[in-house]
Amino acid sequence: MPTVSMTVNGKSVSRDIEDRTLLVEFLRDHLGLTGTHVGCDTSQCGACVVHIDGKSVKSCTMLAVQAEGVTVTTIEGLATDGKLHPMQEAFREHHGLQCGFCTPGMVMSAVDLVKRHPNPSEETIRHGLEGNICRCTGYHNIVRAVQAAATNMRG
Amino acid sequence: MYNFTYHRASSVSDAAKLLGQDAESKILAGGQTLLPTLKQRLAQPSHVVDIGGIGELQGIKVSADKVVIGAGTRHAAVAMSAEVARAIPALAKLAGGIGDPQVRNMGTIGGSLANNDPAADYPAAVLGLGATVHTNKRAIAADDFFKGMFETALDDQEIITSVEFPVPQKAGYMKFPNPASRYAMVGVMVAQTKAGVRVAVTGAGPSVFRWQDAEKALASKFAAAALDGLAAKADGLNSDMHGSAEYRAHLIGVMARRAVAEAG
Repeated sequence: MPTVSMTVNGKSVSRDIEDRTLLVEFLRDHLGLTGTHVGCDTSQCGACVVHIDGKSVKSCTMLAVQAEGVTVTTIEGLATDGKLHPMQEAFREHHGLQCGFCTPGMVMSAVDLVKRHPNPSEETIRHGLEGNICRCTGYHNIVRAVQAAATNMRG
Repeated sequence: MYNFTYHRASSVSDAAKLLGQDAESKILAGGQTLLPTLKQRLAQPSHVVDIGGIGELQGIKVSADKVVIGAGTRHAAVAMSAEVARAIPALAKLAGGIGDPQVRNMGTIGGSLANNDPAADYPAAVLGLGATVHTNKRAIAADDFFKGMFETALDDQEIITSVEFPVPQKAGYMKFPNPASRYAMVGVMVAQTKAGVRVAVTGAGPSVFRWQDAEKALASKFAAAALDGLAAKADGLNSDMHGSAEYRAHLIGVMARRAVAEAG
């Protein structure tokens, strides 16, 4: 079995895994980071989105061995010193979730979106979250949360 | 997913050597099609050779008359390239409409072309702009590259290294995306090039194809109105749960007119 090493949420990790292990399986089953969810498992729903070297990707559509040497950030790595990330805070404040299943991926995609578009229009947000599916909210409060977070993140 | 042995190639020649060791090897570029295919157990490669980290396959070079994109370049990099947007805006726009942001951060132009999905966007760009596909063995003209559904002129273990797009006088791309998958129900690239007008259609048939009646009509006048009254034939087009062949034939005309308008 190959050994894979990477940095996850600021910590160096190394494990022996099967070649076919998906990154999401590595995070959840090997590292116990179950905040990253498996929804559709077919690259469509975005519940499994994490950041690889700062860019959002679907961790169900990447092998763990492909992530050798990279820096991974999961939803568990967003908060600092017990303080929620502004995107998490905005989702809470604006009720951008109901059941919460899609939320980790939605937040990770939204953080990447705001990094690329610091002042996003509603259209940019809706288009930019095409890879994330929410079956509860109808998206309205998610869009509001992302807009509010973008404002707060600009400072 | 069946298990396999994973290899990370350090160069194109290293990848070719690794692939040559076993006939059941598969190339992994961005993995956005291969991994879902493996997860569904639709393929069982013995070895998977990852070319995603090969530096010589990365990058975009823009000169006065051409845009050369390394095969390992991610869709997001093409979509966000200011240089591509200046030289061939339709190409940057097309790349920015593939899948979703997360797919664009992983998927590569070489992977998309080698896969030749009937509803993928890049085949329309390559055929519509009359690009040349460079591999580790040869250069293949767009008109000779696409052979049929998921079939290309590539040998089993041939590796695409770059794609060379001549800069057109003008070009436009419009697609009608399937609302769930974002794949093209129909996508049309129109281009006015030194070699004449080209119109390439993806999503509608088993593989990307040129709509020659439209090319002739646009050659006399490059304007959306030149396509008025012209209808694509439904014979041989895809019919499935998303739309009939007749519906797709109609969409070809609509998307082609919008693409011409977009080209300006």
